[in-house]
Amino acid sequence: MQSVIRTHLESVSSHSCYATELSFINSSTRRRSPPEWIMKTFCSVWLLLSLVELRPALPVSQETPLACRGPADPALQQPETPEEMDTTGDLEPTHYPARRAATVALHYLNTRHGSPYRVFGLQQVHKASAEDVAAGGRKYSLDFSVTTSPSGSAGPALRCSAEVLFPRTEQHTPPDVQLNCEALQQLNSTAEDEAFYQKYITPDSAVSAQYLPDSYGNMSEDMQPFWRLARVAASFIMLRESSENTEFNMAQVASITQQESSEKQLMLDYVVLLHDLPSQEIIQWKLLASWSPDSGVRVLQMEWQPRCPHATKPPN
Amino acid sequence: MKGSVMSLLVALALVAQDRLAGGQEHRSYDYTKYHTMDEISAWMNQMERENPDVVSSMIYGQTYENRNLTLLKIGFTRSTPKKAVWMDCGIHAREWISPAFCQHFVKEILGSYQTDPKVSMLFKNLDFYVTPVLNMDGYIYSWKDNTTRLWRKSRSPGTGNCTCIGTDLNRNFYANWGTVGISRNCCSAVYNGPTPLSEPEAKAVNDFLGAHQNQLLCYLTIHSYGQQILIPYGHPNISAPNYNDLMEVGLAAANAIKAVHGKSYKVGTPPNVLYALSGSSSDFARLIGIPYTFTVELRDEGHYSFLLPEDQIQPTCEEAYQGAMSIINYIHDKNFRGSASTVTATLWTTLVASWISSANVF
Repeated sequence: MQSVIRTHLESVSSHSCYATELSFINSSTRRRSPPEWIMKTFCSVWLLLSLVELRPALPVSQETPLACRGPADPALQQPETPEEMDTTGDLEPTHYPARRAATVALHYLNTRHGSPYRVFGLQQVHKASAEDVAAGGRKYSLDFSVTTSPSGSAGPALRCSAEVLFPRTEQHTPPDVQLNCEALQQLNSTAEDEAFYQKYITPDSAVSAQYLPDSYGNMSEDMQPFWRLARVAASFIMLRESSENTEFNMAQVASITQQESSEKQLMLDYVVLLHDLPSQEIIQWKLLASWSPDSGVRVLQMEWQPRCPHATKPPN
Repeated sequence: MKGSVMSLLVALALVAQDRLAGGQEHRSYDYTKYHTMDEISAWMNQMERENPDVVSSMIYGQTYENRNLTLLKIGFTRSTPKKAVWMDCGIHAREWISPAFCQHFVKEILGSYQTDPKVSMLFKNLDFYVTPVLNMDGYIYSWKDNTTRLWRKSRSPGTGNCTCIGTDLNRNFYANWGTVGISRNCCSAVYNGPTPLSEPEAKAVNDFLGAHQNQLLCYLTIHSYGQQILIPYGHPNISAPNYNDLMEVGLAAANAIKAVHGKSYKVGTPPNVLYALSGSSSDFARLIGIPYTFTVELRDEGHYSFLLPEDQIQPTCEEAYQGAMSIINYIHDKNFRGSASTVTATLWTTLVASWISSANVF
């Protein structure tokens, strides 16, 4: 019991109370002078109150997990809105509120300018701030740098600025993004994109594969542009599903099946597995994407595929 | 021509025979590939067999599926208890780079203690308790087939009305258990279990840390992904009494990491850099008084997430090793050199260097 109290005292971390209580525990025979007695009573009361506080007062989350439940519903999600989420003004660039907003901006950037040989990734957030807006929502202003895959950190970094507005509504509303990156207008379709397009737009092309990358993180070079296309297409979904309480990445491409090309667009059926960091859930989506160097990536159909974790107990 | 081929063959045979006779069959273990649990267990046996003076194994519990939880105790033996460092990998099944790092770490210290006086000093003054895969059941399950690769939790069955399997081991410790960052729905990936320490894996760690709390100077738990060094506590309203010290040590480790391959690791508490959480093993370790507790999230930052390509195992392990050694050396020097000024000077130098280098970004 003593060690429980001791660890609890340390956890609530008020040094003067801790020291007083510790001395009380350690030296019960010492006669106490009046001021110390008052301090001891105060600390005991405070300790009792803190014990009460520490018992969970609110159920933190009872609802079905994201993988089962599906599209983000901020009303039901993470229990605590950390103080930083409510602060107006400058945000710490390495902390998660700025990073989540930047991730949303990246999803948007990929939907507009992603291609088989260009996927944008967040390099660093330089500056960030947030403010509540009149209509009921929160607007983040961001200054950040992005890299592109495949070249990654070896290639040049682009400097971007963005405003990301998360509406705070009953039903989930996708965030709104205004974005500006230097030299974006100069980004044209690369030669590799063109070559990839020519190779697979042929009528008899019927690429299909499963699990990219494989369990070991490995992927043939041939399949990498297909993986990147999936990543861009998934950005449409991740953008739509994002809130201040989510942080999405694409964990894996479960399957890819090339469909018959239509109107000079490559047509690809994908099943993608998305990972949400705060809930740690893996969410499965099926989508139909089209791409050509001129039109960019479009998502024509998307369907959430609930994957409730396997029930194990046989019916009684 | 025939003669030289023959002599080459003879030479090779002699070398092979020599090695076999010496009992040191260097079946070389590939540290740049992911390994099955069987392979890792065999490797642990091999480490113990090949280094009997400095390696012993200890079984400290059982998993839900009744596998032995085994750690490697590494250091020079001494009759009196030594101060110690704990490292566990693989609390979360899908974070395969984490067990890969524990194996790399063991390989490195075993390969250098005889030649590197610094490592030799660590072996003299400290014991390392390393658990390469804590969530063995989950790890094995993640190897089963393509559909199980992204499993996270333990493999214990649900209780009561629950029809889903598994508890998040890193929410199951008695450290502000059940307060934030968890779900009471047992199908959730962050289900914290019916009760604290309901999971035998968590209970085993809890008991070991408790039994050794006076010896343990450092608790390190290795995860992926995110490239972060996290310090206590996961609960937003509580701070560790040595927060400033932990931040300094963490920042120094991040600098050591960056120096290897340029990767940035962010340092801070989970409520700041990741998300609020409760019931974590590192929070528990800090609460029982282990002064330096860190959760390390290895590569990457979301590009491949849990499916880190095998060609990144080596560079990830190299940088993380430097980060871990930065922390371990600091703690060692603080406790054994007796020269506070050496420790402080090293820290200040590292910090000033990092401020200068970060100033150059802008």
